[in-house]
Amino acid sequence: MPHRSLPTVRSIGSNTIDNVLRLGYATRFIGLALAHSGTSFARPGLIVRELYYTGVLSLVIILVSGLFVGMVLGLQGYQTLTTYGSESALGVLVALSLVRELGPVVSALLFASRAGSAMTAEIGLMKATEQLSAMEMMAVDPIARVVSPRFWAGVISMPLLAAMFSAMGVFGGYVVGVVLIGVDEGSFWSQMQSAVDVREDVLNGVIKSFVFGVAVTWIALFEGYDAPPTAEGVSGATTRTVVTSSLAILGLDFILTSFMFRGV
Amino acid sequence: MGRSMLDLWVGIFVVAGIAALVILAFKVGNMSSLGSGETYEITANFDNIGGLKPRAPIKSAGVVVGRVTSISFNNDRFMAKVSMAIGKNYKFPKDTTASILTSGLLGEQYIGLEGGGDDQLLKPGDNIRLTQSAVVLEKLISQFLFDKAAEGGKDKK
Repeated sequence: MPHRSLPTVRSIGSNTIDNVLRLGYATRFIGLALAHSGTSFARPGLIVRELYYTGVLSLVIILVSGLFVGMVLGLQGYQTLTTYGSESALGVLVALSLVRELGPVVSALLFASRAGSAMTAEIGLMKATEQLSAMEMMAVDPIARVVSPRFWAGVISMPLLAAMFSAMGVFGGYVVGVVLIGVDEGSFWSQMQSAVDVREDVLNGVIKSFVFGVAVTWIALFEGYDAPPTAEGVSGATTRTVVTSSLAILGLDFILTSFMFRGV
Repeated sequence: MGRSMLDLWVGIFVVAGIAALVILAFKVGNMSSLGSGETYEITANFDNIGGLKPRAPIKSAGVVVGRVTSISFNNDRFMAKVSMAIGKNYKFPKDTTASILTSGLLGEQYIGLEGGGDDQLLKPGDNIRLTQSAVVLEKLISQFLFDKAAEGGKDKK
């Protein structure tokens, strides 16, 4: 008679094998999308259209949340810094936390739930209604026509969105810190400028958001392409996109931070 | 939505994104101040650099004239070797003193340069001879405590 724990062990094993298989498929998928990106660059109209849906339509949520995150940072930072009598360092606190961490991470999380989920649902539905098969019938490669332009649109728009988030957040911190609370404007900007390094901080933030853009778009496109062609399957894939990409963003952020800001 | 409207919006989006990057580089970051100007490199050996870090400012009379580029350990003399990039338009005499100072009680540390009276100027690659180490708070406190203890001992006798 088999032991009680056998089904558990068996399911762990099959889940692991499934996930490794899916990872392999996902890698092959992104390889194909990259190999076919020549076609989408030859027709930039496709990328521009996707830039509108992923980038322009995410603008409002990114700008508004950036403003509020910056304002909260201004308030909270002031409360803490004023205990040590160093509220003139408010600009440094707001700018460094936004440029290094919050800008890339929060905008990537918003991007995953705003644009990533839409991408998954769109491609999943295209698959469920057999539009992808119809394309194949017409000798149009769905990876070149559908997947690759979306991938590049996501990768291009993510760093731009993160930069706008950070700039908006610094403005929000300025509004709360200088205009409302009355921190000295000169020391707010000058301390910020002497502490924030363009290569060390700003460029590393851009690199981070680029990596997040690749990760989120990859996950969103793959989940959509791999979704079971049913209503349930598409909804499950959309949920998985948001969950997986949020976890990927936070995990990647830790790895990137430990490489970029070591010791200095 | 028409084709041209789409292009217009995407154009606005890309321009706004690049503008945000430029704002981050110039308004938030220090691209404009001494980031790109011509500099020359000089070195100085310190007994103790305290908490000095690369990119720390170098000030003379309170004006930022350069930045620390690298800090390494000089194993021949058991001292810290600090390389600094000074702006091309700032000239200092050979007998300049470099000291490690702290802005405020708990602020960041920086290098202060004080010019001497020598006719000859520091050339690129030169080494500043006269240096003054960072003040280590623990040493200061322990010295103070030892002095107090010594005084206390005298009083009893």
